[in-house]
Amino acid sequence: MARDADSLNVQSATTESPLARRALIGLTLVFLLLVLVLPLIAVFTEALRKGVPAFFEALGDAETFSAIRLTLIVAGIAVPLNLVFGIAASWAIAKFEFKGKAFLTTLIDLPFSVSPVISGLVFVLLFGSHSVLGPILKSYNIQILFAVPGLVLATVFVTFPFVARELIPLMQEQGTADEEAALSLGASGWQTFLYVTLPNIKWGLLYGVLLCNARAMGEFGAVSVVSGHIRGMTNTMPLQVEILYNEYNFVAAFAVATLLALLALVTLVLKTLLELRFSDAISSGRRH
Amino acid sequence: MTRHRTQRRWQIRQPSVLPGFGLALGVTLSWLTLIVLIPLAGLVARASGIGLSSFLALAADPRVIAALKVSFGTAFLAALINVVFGVILAWVLVRYQFWGRRIIDAMVDLPFALPTAVAGIALTAIYAPNGWIGALLEPLGLKVAFTPTGIVIALIFVGLPFVVRTVQPIMEEIDREVEEAAATLGATRFQTISRVLLPGLAPAVLTGFSLAFARGVGEYGSVIFIAGNRPYVSEIAPLLIVIRLEEFNYAGATAIAVIMLIISFAMLLVINSIQAWSRRRYGYGA
Repeated sequence: MARDADSLNVQSATTESPLARRALIGLTLVFLLLVLVLPLIAVFTEALRKGVPAFFEALGDAETFSAIRLTLIVAGIAVPLNLVFGIAASWAIAKFEFKGKAFLTTLIDLPFSVSPVISGLVFVLLFGSHSVLGPILKSYNIQILFAVPGLVLATVFVTFPFVARELIPLMQEQGTADEEAALSLGASGWQTFLYVTLPNIKWGLLYGVLLCNARAMGEFGAVSVVSGHIRGMTNTMPLQVEILYNEYNFVAAFAVATLLALLALVTLVLKTLLELRFSDAISSGRRH
Repeated sequence: MTRHRTQRRWQIRQPSVLPGFGLALGVTLSWLTLIVLIPLAGLVARASGIGLSSFLALAADPRVIAALKVSFGTAFLAALINVVFGVILAWVLVRYQFWGRRIIDAMVDLPFALPTAVAGIALTAIYAPNGWIGALLEPLGLKVAFTPTGIVIALIFVGLPFVVRTVQPIMEEIDREVEEAAATLGATRFQTISRVLLPGLAPAVLTGFSLAFARGVGEYGSVIFIAGNRPYVSEIAPLLIVIRLEEFNYAGATAIAVIMLIISFAMLLVINSIQAWSRRRYGYGA
């Protein structure tokens, strides 16, 4: 519409003058350059500041390797757990009408409004040596804090709402007609879910998992509180970035950061492809 | 069997032929209880165990008050700046066709995807006195990194997508006829935007503001690198919680956490009621 107006050389009533338009686009580009693009470029240039060999040397470090491994383990446990939860929650909330539904939805969103540091703190208070559970766990020799279980718990907490939030609006839009048809044709409950519901929600599910995984691998505050920062043992990649940075080992810190930045870029590309290709199959209501 | 169950659950939910309600709700509630509710209840229990007078003493600690002021002040400022640029950005993305629009649209989500620690060290590298932008500002006497200004910059980064992604879908729904009507009635373009369009966007803008603000208050990873972390000046409340924990001062850490949560919820409550009011008055059904 704006283009038609331009070609006729007439100012449309519902668009701004070309000058204002260019000014706004220019302002936006400058702002995004300063706020988003420069930091991304900085990660890569800082990592390569001392050349490519130094970059790869930093990445080949044994502690960095164990941080990568730990990040994969933690995300590998936390994301599937929240995937199962997300499907269960969205099935109950989107497919049924029951009392207290709005309240339940609010509770599921709760971790989003809690500071990551507080998300870690709650587990320290629950399992720490001074807590009620602490001595009991110790007598059974169960280590939760400063170990993988604590990291997983904190990660599950912060990524709790991701999959459910993506699926609930999508499944609400889709309604229950497909499932009712399958059931009336004699399918069992599980068959209905596997062959009717799951294919309907698969792209939305993938979208939610993608965002959940990005946050799980990149979480810093919550994990930092429960990790204890034991080198080569309980440091995930973001924590390794912090430790290297605080030791003024900037090349190594930014080298690990490039891996996380690449993860973020891959996430963005896949997310955009999903939005472009399957915009109908992921919820239109929410775009993040 | 379905009928039997329907009658039994009549009080709780409306009847449905779909199976699995009990299982799905059971999994949801137990997982929610284990992961979210019990840990948060533990925090509240711990706080109530401190006792009111010692809790107040912990809350009145000048360093705690200073940290809370820094956290809430910088988050408020960053959310305001994000509202201004976020609305302009959403407008440009929704209304204008230009080369690279798709890429910019995708880039807006970068702060959601980029780990906060990475954002933190990258922003510090740029805004430090010897960084790309820091070096330009240094001769002007402007210091960004290691000051509260640096905190605001980091919070602008993490909060931006919240505003854009809340306002953008509502902007897409705006009915062009409203603008045409305003124009035919003699309004200038500026008047149409400021008097007709923006009031209708108010509920969405407020939602975006409150999301960005809430995120900023609690933000830790991207801030601690750029803040300088000087007590009373650029020390944020989440960092003070971490410091208290490292001192094994659990009561102190708990007190700060509870105060943060109370203030956050109170502010969100106020913002939500303003939002409900503005939605009734102006909203596009947002």
